[in-house]
Amino acid sequence: MTHPLSRRAFLNLSGAAGLTAALAACGGGTRLGTGSTTPTAAAPAFTGGEYTGPKVTLSYWNGFTGGDGPHMRTMIDAFNKEYAGRIEVRNVTRRWEDLYPAMPTAISAGNGPDVAVIHNDWIGTFAVRQVLVPVDDVVGALQLTEGDFIPAVWNAGVYNGKRYSVPLDVHCLGDYYNAAHLEKIGLKEAPGDKAGYEEALAELKKASVAQPFWMPNKWPAHLMFMSLLWQHGGELYSEDGTKALWGSEQGVAALSWMVEQIDKGYSPAKVAIDSQYAAFKNDKVSLTWDGIWQINDLKTNAPSLKWGLAPIPNIGGTPAVWSASHNFVLTSQAGKDPNKVQAAKVFIGHMSRQSTEWAKAGMIPARNSARQAPEVAELPQVKLAADMSVFHFLPALPGVGDVQVKALELAVAKAVLKEAGPADALKEGVATADKLLAENKRKYGQ
Amino acid sequence: MSVTTAPGAVRHAAPARTARRMRWWTPYAFLAPYLALFTVFMVVPIGFGFWTSLHEWDINLPAKPFVGLGNYADLFDPGSVDGSRFWMAMRATGIFTVASVPILIVLPLAVALLMNGRFKGRNVYRAVYFAPYVLGVAVVGLLWRYLLDGNIGLVNHYLGLEVQWTTDVPPAWIALVGVTVWWTLGLNSVIFLAGLQDIPRELHEAAMVDGAGPWRRFRAVTLPGLRPVMVFVVNATILASANMFGQSYLITAGAPADQTKTAIYLIAETGLRQFDMGTASAMSFILAAFLMVASALVFGAFRDRRKP
Repeated sequence: MTHPLSRRAFLNLSGAAGLTAALAACGGGTRLGTGSTTPTAAAPAFTGGEYTGPKVTLSYWNGFTGGDGPHMRTMIDAFNKEYAGRIEVRNVTRRWEDLYPAMPTAISAGNGPDVAVIHNDWIGTFAVRQVLVPVDDVVGALQLTEGDFIPAVWNAGVYNGKRYSVPLDVHCLGDYYNAAHLEKIGLKEAPGDKAGYEEALAELKKASVAQPFWMPNKWPAHLMFMSLLWQHGGELYSEDGTKALWGSEQGVAALSWMVEQIDKGYSPAKVAIDSQYAAFKNDKVSLTWDGIWQINDLKTNAPSLKWGLAPIPNIGGTPAVWSASHNFVLTSQAGKDPNKVQAAKVFIGHMSRQSTEWAKAGMIPARNSARQAPEVAELPQVKLAADMSVFHFLPALPGVGDVQVKALELAVAKAVLKEAGPADALKEGVATADKLLAENKRKYGQ
Repeated sequence: MSVTTAPGAVRHAAPARTARRMRWWTPYAFLAPYLALFTVFMVVPIGFGFWTSLHEWDINLPAKPFVGLGNYADLFDPGSVDGSRFWMAMRATGIFTVASVPILIVLPLAVALLMNGRFKGRNVYRAVYFAPYVLGVAVVGLLWRYLLDGNIGLVNHYLGLEVQWTTDVPPAWIALVGVTVWWTLGLNSVIFLAGLQDIPRELHEAAMVDGAGPWRRFRAVTLPGLRPVMVFVVNATILASANMFGQSYLITAGAPADQTKTAIYLIAETGLRQFDMGTASAMSFILAAFLMVASALVFGAFRDRRKP
């Protein structure tokens, strides 16, 4: 009776085959990660000259899906025309929240970007994940110096003593107001102080705007909370990135003010995601805090709306506003090919010199000197940057994005939805955040 | 397979013939195409997934330390960040499944009974019920997200209500179940309809001759006749409901405060957004274990009734 035996043998065999395949697959997975440590050494240092190698195609990823997208495409077209036959930049635009998760995986697989634009708070995470390669020489060749930048923007690009980013712009939260509504109560602009702001809301309510200031529970609720926290004098995370400090009394004060707007009837309860902005566009809301990059969206998609943009009011005592910056980065995918590295550096250098042109997309140039150029100084968003010391940034701790999503954003949502009081929500959130920070510390081995 | 049943008596006569007709590997040769697919698309991924779940497996970090059952232990520890998030997501999946499955069985059955009748415009009627199923989840999700919005949505506007369908529970559950029923009702209805048309007309006629009324005929003829179809529909619906992702991702985005974030949603977020494949795989295996138990219970429940 050889049959049953053979059958068993066969099963063993196929089982072994399956296991081998599984192990082989695992091996591949491990290699993906380790492979990305090799690059860069081959490429010569960039000195700012022209690109002289054979023709290359660069894949360029960014998240400019809003009013800023068309502007970026125009700039890319101009670059491609100028470098025709030498460098071709292929533009890939996808939403930031899809871009960040996709980027490291795509780069491991070789289908990702060679050069990309990412936010300041992601540089640390991606640097430690070996997704990026340093660009110290580009910064040197462009003669960018620390003195010309906001320190937070400049320092966000440095990880372990190497520079990974070329800052392109700064952007922040702004206070959009419905000019027609404010006119009814005799105001020309949104008030900038606490008393004035609260009085305006009360007046607006009397002047038949039933709910003038809708309080979101999702995006940009956490940006509003962070701005208010800084205004009250609070801090987000400890310097060494081991403790969350946003559960402080300043944090409670900030979050309580947000919830108060619902209690006072200025906002409906439980506003759904994005509907405060949709309602603003539809003339139902008088004031809403949103990113300055929405300027072009409002211009194009709400042409009949009379609106203006002011800095967010000073509620907590010290003016402060959440800000972020867009940064050019060079990826480890490009790092495997010296020609690509050179071409990408030429591209980054070229784009960086055009930051005044880019400002017209609704951004604030990152370089202090560029903001003084007359064609930039007149742009509506630039007046928000009159005093750059009010700009506060999320620290570039590796893995900080996870902590924000799992702890801070959830706590803010819970309080705004009235699932918990501000103090309780923050306390619970901070406990979660501290665990995650400890985990990150261990994982990223700092 | 004759190979395995060969008793002693066959030994003398059979060997030569069997050997010529069918070597030991013949059945495997026939099975090979399927086995190859099964191995490539089932065994290997499952094995790889389990292997992943035993590691602290971050897609982009070169070090993937082996942690044994650490990821599972973490998930079963309610004090840990991932553990509490995971069981909240399992709870959300449970609520959705328990709320949606009965409706997704009873309503389609009722619709199928109506569809099965003979009347004018029957095909239009069938098509109308099936129509939403043709839409992708993205279309359904976006459409309903705006229709259901508590402050600017048409649903509240026309009903004169002030219900926060997308940011409050239980309204969010009612909304999610309602949208899912509207969307997938057609599929179950069509399957039930096919089952109904397989029940011989004579049985109904015989029951009628015996003096059975419509309710009695439904219980004694229709339902038993539908049993095999029913097992399939109940099982498939439970699995589909437990795998709910798109609706809550698009309509509520997990609101309020992650209460409608389902297990699949969390697994996708953990694995693909936070790159924590180890934890995500462990979550998947726990969810799979739950679903296997649920399926076994369904099969058991239907099998028991068949016994005299």
